[in-house]
Amino acid sequence: MSLNIIVLAKQVPDTRNVGKDAMKEDGTINRAALPAIFNPEDLNALEQALRLKDANPGSTITLLTMGLPRASEIIREAIYRGADTGIVLTDRSLGGADTLATSYSLAQAVKKFGKFDIILGGRQAIDGDTAQVGPQIAEKLGLPQVTYAEEILDLKDGKVTVKRRLESGVETVVAPLPCVITVNGSAADCRPRNAKRLQKYKYAVSPSEKEKLSDELKAIVESRPYLNLQEWSAAYVDADPEQIGLPGSPTKVKAIENVVFTAKESRTIENNDAELENLVKELIANHTIG
Amino acid sequence: MTDKNNLIVYCEYEDGKVADVSLELLTKGRVLADRLGVKLEAVIIGDNLADIEKQVLPYGVDTVYKVEDKRLYPYTSNPHAAVLINLFKEITPQICLMGATCIGRDLGPRVSSCLHSGLTADCTALEIGDHKDPKTGKEYTDLLYQIRPAFGGNIVATIVNPECRPQMATVREGVMKKEIKDPDYKGEIINLDAAKYVAPEDFVVEIIDRHIEKSKVNIKNSPIIVAGGYGMGSKEGFDLLFDLANTLGGEVGASRAAVDAGFVEHDRQIGQTGVTVRPKLYIACGISGQIQHIAGMQESAIIISINNDPNAPINTIADYVITGNVEEIVPKLIKYYKKNSK
Repeated sequence: MSLNIIVLAKQVPDTRNVGKDAMKEDGTINRAALPAIFNPEDLNALEQALRLKDANPGSTITLLTMGLPRASEIIREAIYRGADTGIVLTDRSLGGADTLATSYSLAQAVKKFGKFDIILGGRQAIDGDTAQVGPQIAEKLGLPQVTYAEEILDLKDGKVTVKRRLESGVETVVAPLPCVITVNGSAADCRPRNAKRLQKYKYAVSPSEKEKLSDELKAIVESRPYLNLQEWSAAYVDADPEQIGLPGSPTKVKAIENVVFTAKESRTIENNDAELENLVKELIANHTIG
Repeated sequence: MTDKNNLIVYCEYEDGKVADVSLELLTKGRVLADRLGVKLEAVIIGDNLADIEKQVLPYGVDTVYKVEDKRLYPYTSNPHAAVLINLFKEITPQICLMGATCIGRDLGPRVSSCLHSGLTADCTALEIGDHKDPKTGKEYTDLLYQIRPAFGGNIVATIVNPECRPQMATVREGVMKKEIKDPDYKGEIINLDAAKYVAPEDFVVEIIDRHIEKSKVNIKNSPIIVAGGYGMGSKEGFDLLFDLANTLGGEVGASRAAVDAGFVEHDRQIGQTGVTVRPKLYIACGISGQIQHIAGMQESAIIISINNDPNAPINTIADYVITGNVEEIVPKLIKYYKKNSK
């Protein structure tokens, strides 16, 4: 059985490698100083999708992402690893969205996409760590959800069997298709880029990227349909302006602060034998250790 | 206008025991409800719930809603979401708190999506306060301030939900303190008919196998924690920390960067998206001290920081700062402990 698979992914700033120049002097984030990467758990989700495609020849994987136009970078990355195509949902009006407005927008895009069998996505994105968008999309589409998935064990007869990794153990569940599955970082790593696909899809571009190409390359892209990624606007997916972006977000950021810790009066222990031994003796004497 | 609607905590349980995180939220919920002058309510959904209220009432719960049906345990997403959605439409709580557990993080978004109410994940503090919308100038009194580190822990954000109810937030286990208010606290018990809140078609996902295992690592209750950061360099680098922890009778913890790098298992992660700890002694080895890590350990009684960088942010909250190589200093601490302890 061939499957129509949607993988939800996000291009995120690499918050794990925040350098010294990541914060501006006024305390706001210097996004330009942070590299943009494929959200790690979305790659775990992509691998599960690729395995479904391996087991079900003829399946297609479409990457769906919401973000800036440059988010087509992660679509190419996914295609190099085996995905078929992708859509960037991008619009100024989508900016400032909280998780609810984001999931509404993405759910609208899924509805526009039409028929699908399964939606996979990472458990959470590293820039927010909320894990909310997956379940919220499921609710908006009226679908069941399976969160914390570690492995898709089986898919047949319109049902999918999934192993879930929970804080308290492991659970195996069976869910009907279509459904939304969010994948944990503990799942299998995503396979690397395939060299042949890298060559073939090097010029897979979105419409806005195509405009910047030379006439020669533009002609090549136009002659090969598989090199054309899609860019969808909020209006194209029939999004209600009241429910997207900042206005559509019930949560508002009241304040953002750089944290200033109440500094303690630290005692500096010199890195020499006598001072270290004294510290240990002191901790033993006041019953902190021993 | 002040909101006199109540505050409700979704209580999870396993093997007949209400989860610590739920009791911690009831403790916090009681304080917030007193501040607002409203009732503290609890909802427990599952099977075999006889007497389960006895576990929650001492935390100062005024109303316990029990929804019992054998299909409601173990937890599955749609049925529990359906119960909360229908119940909240009826009783319209102003605030709903849940544990930021696998269950709370699965359930909360589904409920918030259906009710179109804002939800903030992994809060590290909850307070009540006023808010003025900077654009419209509209003023709101007594909103729930949902405070959480954001952006990988580089900033702290205060989030409010001015218009939507309930204001929903999840909090990790160990972040709030658990404290009994009154062992004989009297509250009302309301048994709800499950069939009125959940439809047969909500039972779509079937659990075919379940292995519940208690975590082998118990850093939350360890009085001494030796924690390592990305600076430890490798799995092998952590061996040294295990040596020190074993010598002192403590446990090994880690920063998120060290866990992400695969140096130690996820159970040992300390911080906003890991465990919050309050040990007697916290020895931070090669940990720079991102906010999201500090959020999970700043209440430790004594903090020792060992770091090559004399300006590591964690040093500002440390009681003792040792500047130098962990590989050099930790073996000496082990040596001097063995020499000086009985």
